Amino acid sequence: MEEILRAEAIRKYFPVKGGGRTPGAWLKAVDGVSFGVKQDTVFALVGESGCGKSTVARMILKLLPLTGGKIFFRGKDISTIHGEELKRFRRSVQIIFQDPFASLNPRMRIVDTLSEPFLIHKIVPSREIRDRVVQLLGKVGLTADAMGGYPHEFSGGQRQRICIARALALSPELIVADEPLSALDVSIQAQIVNLLQDIRRETGISLVFISHDLKVVHYLSDEVAVMYLGRIVERAKTEELFREPKHPYTELLLSSAPKLRYRIPEQVVQARMIETGDVPSPLSVPPGCPFHPRCPKRFGICDKQVPELKESGGRHISCHLY
Amino acid sequence: MIRIIWNRFRKNPLSVAGLVIILTLASLALLAPFIAPYEPTRIDVYRVLSSPTSAHPFGTDELGRDVLSRMIWGSRVSLKVGFIAVGIAITIGTVLGAFAGYYGGKTDAVLMRFVDIMLAFPTFFLILAVIAIVEPSISTIMIVIGITGWMDVARLVRAEFLTLKERDFIAAARAIGAGDFRLIFRHIIPNALSPVFVAATFGIAGAILTESGLSFLGLGVQPPEPSWGNILTSGKDNITVAWWLSLFPGIAILITVLSYNLVGEGLRDALDPRLWRD
Repeated sequence: MEEILRAEAIRKYFPVKGGGRTPGAWLKAVDGVSFGVKQDTVFALVGESGCGKSTVARMILKLLPLTGGKIFFRGKDISTIHGEELKRFRRSVQIIFQDPFASLNPRMRIVDTLSEPFLIHKIVPSREIRDRVVQLLGKVGLTADAMGGYPHEFSGGQRQRICIARALALSPELIVADEPLSALDVSIQAQIVNLLQDIRRETGISLVFISHDLKVVHYLSDEVAVMYLGRIVERAKTEELFREPKHPYTELLLSSAPKLRYRIPEQVVQARMIETGDVPSPLSVPPGCPFHPRCPKRFGICDKQVPELKESGGRHISCHLY
Repeated sequence: MIRIIWNRFRKNPLSVAGLVIILTLASLALLAPFIAPYEPTRIDVYRVLSSPTSAHPFGTDELGRDVLSRMIWGSRVSLKVGFIAVGIAITIGTVLGAFAGYYGGKTDAVLMRFVDIMLAFPTFFLILAVIAIVEPSISTIMIVIGITGWMDVARLVRAEFLTLKERDFIAAARAIGAGDFRLIFRHIIPNALSPVFVAATFGIAGAILTESGLSFLGLGVQPPEPSWGNILTSGKDNITVAWWLSLFPGIAILITVLSYNLVGEGLRDALDPRLWRD
């Protein structure tokens, strides 16, 4: 299958202003992440808060410049595209954000928000825009009544539907969904997941699904990459990863998810009893393997050498054990 | 949206009183030709410096002109100066603040240092210096007050831009393909205007005071055209014999400026984004 998106060793460092004494430090939000997304599949990116997932999303959308590495969309390096080509790229790749209220302009009516893509790209004659907006609303399960309303008049689920409609307006080939469920109630989450699934079945849009909800990831995705402190620690087919997590961090993550049909290895249970550590700040990433301070299986080399992401049995793992 | 703001504004009785006074003054100014009992420039040598009577409720000045009529016509000057001067200030301030906040970096540094320089001038004396060069008239003072009063607005708008441009709806609009122009004027500015409205209301009060001050010094509206400021000047010349010449325009300025400030305060509370969410 053809690869629609490919990230090669992408990095994003943010400068942190030192408070006088400390000179500028770097926050390494994303530090050498590589993955590929195949046409018509769902690629999931999971990890705890602050591991750099959203930064990856913004880099894919060309909303943030890269510190290093390259992102290719359909074989084309996105850092080099400008002008008309950038406009075409904007039509092909869309994003859905975590907080649907924050991602809708509070001073714009829904009809204006949803007309905007058509106005900018002039792909529809202006007198047909209204019909297209009604169509879009229908696709996400809303009626034309919603058009005249302002974002604050809708519920969270409805707002997220509107955001999905906006992302669909330009018939993109790839949608990046950055934790699209975490701001919603559980019952609404299921509706939105089903909506995303339906849309995918109908349109064949590829999806980069960013989440920390493992159940949904298991249900929705074809391939998963687990991120920890700006790096990918394990990347595998979803079925394989959930059947048998190999990286100790993946194990920990799966074991901490409630109601999952996954038998927690004795070792991990013990480790969790003694394990008190939080995620270290990305400002001071531990030396060696970034996960070693929390890892129940660490040994001699772990705090000295950074493990590389290596292929092992059909998947990629960055751990000295493999 | 407007109804929510109005409902919150209504809770402050002083601000509502201020709004009522402003609206009354505005209608007086608009209807001046029909309301004023006399021609504001009609000289009556037989009634020079007449104290308030039923024919002249606010008395007459040293040329026998009716003070009430002059004040009604003078309110047009205050209204015009207030709105146009502040309109100029807001336009300049919004555009410069928007560019500084949106583009950041060098653009921001240069524009904000320019703001600092402008703020370092004592505004009133700057205006005096300009008036000394160009001919004083109502349009020059409006322009001068406008181009010396935009700095606060620029700072407010810049600050709004700095926070707004990081918001998700801006990222979403950019992902849709919106260009800088659309992002600035369609998405950010409409969300950045609440504090500007508040600043504008206070600004109008300030502009009216400045105009009165300039006209009082003979550098603003030139006689015989009436303005509250130049009525005060003749009040000063005749203060020992004609108290009404100073009292009535003085009270008018006080009440007007106070009203704008009260409305500004009410608006500030009504538009406070911290109280916004549903």
